[in-house]
Amino acid sequence: MTRLALVLAALGALLSGAAVRPAHAQALVADLTSHLIAITTGFTGTDVVLFGAIESDGDVIVVVRGPETPVEVRRKERTLGIWFNRSDITFAEVPGFYAIASTRPIEQLARPEVLERNQIGVDHLTLEPIDPTGQVDPFRKALIRNKQREGLFPVAAGTVTFVGSRRLFRTTVSFPSNVPTGSYQVSVFLMRNGQVQGAQTTPLLVSQLGVSADMVDFAYRRSLAYGIIAVVVAVMAGWLGSVAFRRV
Amino acid sequence: MQVYLPIAEMSVNGLVILTLGALVGFLSGLFGVGGGFLMTPLLIFIGVPPAVAVATQSNQLVGASVTGAIGHWRRGNVDFRMGLVLLIGGLIGSVIGIWLFTLLRRIGQIDLAISLLYVILLGSIGGLMLAESLRAMLRQRRKAGVRRKLHQHIWLHGLPFKMRFQKSRLYISALVPVAIGILGGIAVAILGVGGGFFMVPAMIYLLGMPTAVVPGTSLFQIIFTTAAVTVLQAWTNHTVDGMLALLLLAGGIVGVQFGTRFGSALRGEQMRALLALLVVGVCIKLFVDLVLPPDDVYSLVVPTAS
Repeated sequence: MTRLALVLAALGALLSGAAVRPAHAQALVADLTSHLIAITTGFTGTDVVLFGAIESDGDVIVVVRGPETPVEVRRKERTLGIWFNRSDITFAEVPGFYAIASTRPIEQLARPEVLERNQIGVDHLTLEPIDPTGQVDPFRKALIRNKQREGLFPVAAGTVTFVGSRRLFRTTVSFPSNVPTGSYQVSVFLMRNGQVQGAQTTPLLVSQLGVSADMVDFAYRRSLAYGIIAVVVAVMAGWLGSVAFRRV
Repeated sequence: MQVYLPIAEMSVNGLVILTLGALVGFLSGLFGVGGGFLMTPLLIFIGVPPAVAVATQSNQLVGASVTGAIGHWRRGNVDFRMGLVLLIGGLIGSVIGIWLFTLLRRIGQIDLAISLLYVILLGSIGGLMLAESLRAMLRQRRKAGVRRKLHQHIWLHGLPFKMRFQKSRLYISALVPVAIGILGGIAVAILGVGGGFFMVPAMIYLLGMPTAVVPGTSLFQIIFTTAAVTVLQAWTNHTVDGMLALLLLAGGIVGVQFGTRFGSALRGEQMRALLALLVVGVCIKLFVDLVLPPDDVYSLVVPTAS
């Protein structure tokens, strides 16, 4: 309830801002309720609300992309009755997280070329192998399938709903607990007559905070000390365990 | 109880991890094996990245083996002299093992090498142990009360550098335990485990140590090898997850106590037969995984920065 009130208040502010400067009105304005996802010890995944306004009728598509890394896809084959990795292809820039939400199914909003140009939809993502040899397509499909199984490329597209009129919209983006840390991009597209009429990109940071962030920091900056402390803690715990159970 | 693991970058159910730690701790207290060969696959199964699972597991083994070794030491079941000789071999072996590991990774077949090595080691050791302990149990049932020799002398024991191991009631060449230590050290470096599942049978059958002294001596030696591996992993790969290690430790130190107590109530042949069954079971599981068609023949790996 309070969240909805906040969103409405923010929307009101946005709209009044648009009303003041009608000459420079943007086709599309959108923002997130939070630009930081803090991962603490109790983190089990989270939702972020995106809200915005469009100046005239149209449809809205929201694309959330996580930090890009190279990913190697390996294929097992059977040799002498044993399955082992025989071939692999490395894709250069694979988003660590990729989710979309839209007011209508994206296939109804634009032709595949338009979707591909704007990287909208998992099937239209540009995933280029570093060394393109042999059949790339089955590897690309396998990459998407494995990411979907891990929950990092959500299978079901989210829905963007209009609030009241056809001018205000909102959607909820869900992040699973295994969401990779780093810089995210949230892109909002205004679609009309099969074309992109306006777009806006908002940054989103996923970062560890508190105890877990300190641990990561220590593990990377003072790795030797971290290792020694890990061993000392383990020895202490082991010794404490034997003292605690010393009744016979 | 959900807990976020900072290095593994994932959220797990804390109670599941505590229970896993306790179960593996129980086995390690019982048999003197670290339990790494069981824990690592279990952690990977619940989604922990393999590199983090292997490194964090070795950290937990430090704690579990300290508890276990103290428990056995109180019962007078640790041969420190033998442990130190094994450790010398273990350190030499881990240097060789790390070199082999790098070589196999360069060829790109480290995963297959690990699986095959497990199947061969576990299969042969487990099979031999199972056969031997069953024979021993049958023999005992037939003619109970007949005094047997302490151990069989084989040609290996006659090699030079003979040493007296009072606790183990042995007077044998120090080269044999050093060689076993070397093989164990190689296993530690390549497989990322304590090596107990290999050392324990070797100590019983190759050295002829009394079964009662074996788990304590093995655990004593494992403390040092796993500590070295933990520091090296944290230092070079940043793959030791402190949160995961704490959870595993908490479960493990409880489990290992019950294991040690339960173990001293068991007879030697029974303990060996149980360990053999466990080892053969894991071997069959790994073999089936290698032979059966996988759910998805494709898998994803994040390439290590080189």
